[in-house]
Amino acid sequence: MILRLAIGSLIARALTVAMTILAIALSVMLFLGVEKVRTGAKASFADTISGTDLIVGARTGSVQLLLYSVFRIGNATNNMTWESYKDIAARDAVDWIVPISLGDSHRQFRVMGTTNAFFERYKYRSGQSLAVRDGAIMDDVFDATIGAKVAQTLGYSVGDPIVVAHGLASFSEHEDQPFRISGILEKTGTPVDRTVIVSLEAIEAIHVDWRSGAQIPGQSTPADVIRQMELQPQAITAALVGIKGRLQVFGLQRAINEYDEEPLLAILPGVALQELWQIVGIAETALIAVSGMVIVTALIGMMATMFSSLNERRREMAIFRAMGARPRVIFALLVLEAAVIAAIGALLGLVLLYLGLYVAQPLINSAFGLWISIDPPSLREVWVLAAVILAGAIVSMVPAIRAYRMSLADGMMVRI
Amino acid sequence: MTKSPPVLELSDVRYRWPGRASFELQVPHMALAQGERVLLLGESGSGKSTLLSLICGTIVTQSGDVRVAGTDISSLSSGKRDRFRAEQIGLIFQQFNLLPFASVQDNILLPLRFAPDRAKRVPIPAHEAERLCRDLGLDQDVMGARAGTLSVGQQQRVAAARALIGTPSLIVADEPTSSLDAATQVAFLDVLFEQSRSHSTTVLMVSHDARLADQFDRVIHMADIVKTRRDAA
Repeated sequence: MILRLAIGSLIARALTVAMTILAIALSVMLFLGVEKVRTGAKASFADTISGTDLIVGARTGSVQLLLYSVFRIGNATNNMTWESYKDIAARDAVDWIVPISLGDSHRQFRVMGTTNAFFERYKYRSGQSLAVRDGAIMDDVFDATIGAKVAQTLGYSVGDPIVVAHGLASFSEHEDQPFRISGILEKTGTPVDRTVIVSLEAIEAIHVDWRSGAQIPGQSTPADVIRQMELQPQAITAALVGIKGRLQVFGLQRAINEYDEEPLLAILPGVALQELWQIVGIAETALIAVSGMVIVTALIGMMATMFSSLNERRREMAIFRAMGARPRVIFALLVLEAAVIAAIGALLGLVLLYLGLYVAQPLINSAFGLWISIDPPSLREVWVLAAVILAGAIVSMVPAIRAYRMSLADGMMVRI
Repeated sequence: MTKSPPVLELSDVRYRWPGRASFELQVPHMALAQGERVLLLGESGSGKSTLLSLICGTIVTQSGDVRVAGTDISSLSSGKRDRFRAEQIGLIFQQFNLLPFASVQDNILLPLRFAPDRAKRVPIPAHEAERLCRDLGLDQDVMGARAGTLSVGQQQRVAAARALIGTPSLIVADEPTSSLDAATQVAFLDVLFEQSRSHSTTVLMVSHDARLADQFDRVIHMADIVKTRRDAA
């Protein structure tokens, strides 16, 4: 009956109560949403590369090398020479090595030159291999295999011609050397989805008539002639390396890092990822703190509303007192009321979060390539909800203590 | 004074509001027998509210005794006094008696929630609430209605039903009829007395309206029993 009366009292003040609930719901949604995006992003990053023991590139920061070689974020400042690549490939410890050449683009998508070994060696989400959805892996110098996202966004199908632009966001398109789409890959949820993959030779081929980033005037070598040419690359951006034995990883890493011929860097993807988390961790903490503060703000808002309602509810409290309720019943009533508000707010926030995820999931995926899975609430999230309800009850004790004092002083006689 | 012990007895009571030294209430003696219906007449400012608060135990006399049903309430702890009030006293105020958002039935049953002994005397609370409403001339269909939707006259009857339920030994009514028109006033007192008579419940009603006097067994003038002192501050 007391609970029914408390709820009745809340319903009687429906508008302010609804606003308070909404504020709490939105703050809870924000907090849990940040959590979802954060863990989703982490999982998505961690899933992007597996099975590769070392990534080798020109000397730079390890996080930077990881970002541009695997995530296609940022650009390489330097390349590594083909000689170094061959030298490393010849080492005993090396089981396999896949060269990667970046720097060109097609529309907003990066073009990556590599060998067909890439399709065999690149693994994501704990050992899953790339699969071809349509057509076949490139076979010719002018063949391109495209990621699912590229095909979807640009509406390409197998057999369509595409033109590769030099550099990124550049208008100087390599129009004279059109490529043909040989195959479209299955969706992976990794940057591969947003990549146009061509052979290493193709990267050389499109630059045959180019010097220093510009086309040599009047020169245009026919495709057939290019096919006959020796298309040995001078340099590549990075290489993915598989090691024969686990124990040899560090030996090879040290050897590459101390390579005499040119400054190189070898990184362990997992370690570089950890470094990345450390950098991102500060922003993460800030984000969590901010969204946590939003919850606190919402709860303080509730407290303020309760304070301002105390005066108009003196009559209600006096009636309870006259009927024999002790002041601590008044106290309990207010705390109960706050707990009910916080509970409804928290649950509504959870509902809003899932609705939001349901709507935003495909949008986030297409905009950022980030797949946020919709799972049932984790134990951690349940704890967050419980903490919000508890915090609501605790915060409400401040106005409740005031109500306690008021009802003790007023007794049952209130003249309003 | 009758043979049975008084339901309410005040002797040598002195009360001074904390922080307001200029006002002091003194009640040398006042007693109400069981089943008695007493009208306490007094102008506003004559100390009526203070007296009622003393009787109900929301404030405690600084000297002297306030005995309700034989118990000196100033000897009880504040928690026990609240419980004691719920058990022994049915209260009706001038207006705004009810929780406007709660149903009529919940309003009537509210004191039972805080008075287990009184609740024991009401085996089926919903039926008893209905019976009281019927006897007080309220329609059956108001039981589920929110109290705030009722007319003032209806609300006062619901308040009377709430005061009567579980037959407390004393009903204290603070100007319960002043918000009613003359015709409803008489009808209200009629049904209230009818119900209190059947359980020989004592009724203490406070009013400034001397015209009601002939409906009561006895009239006490505040001025006769109470000395208030208002020193110039």
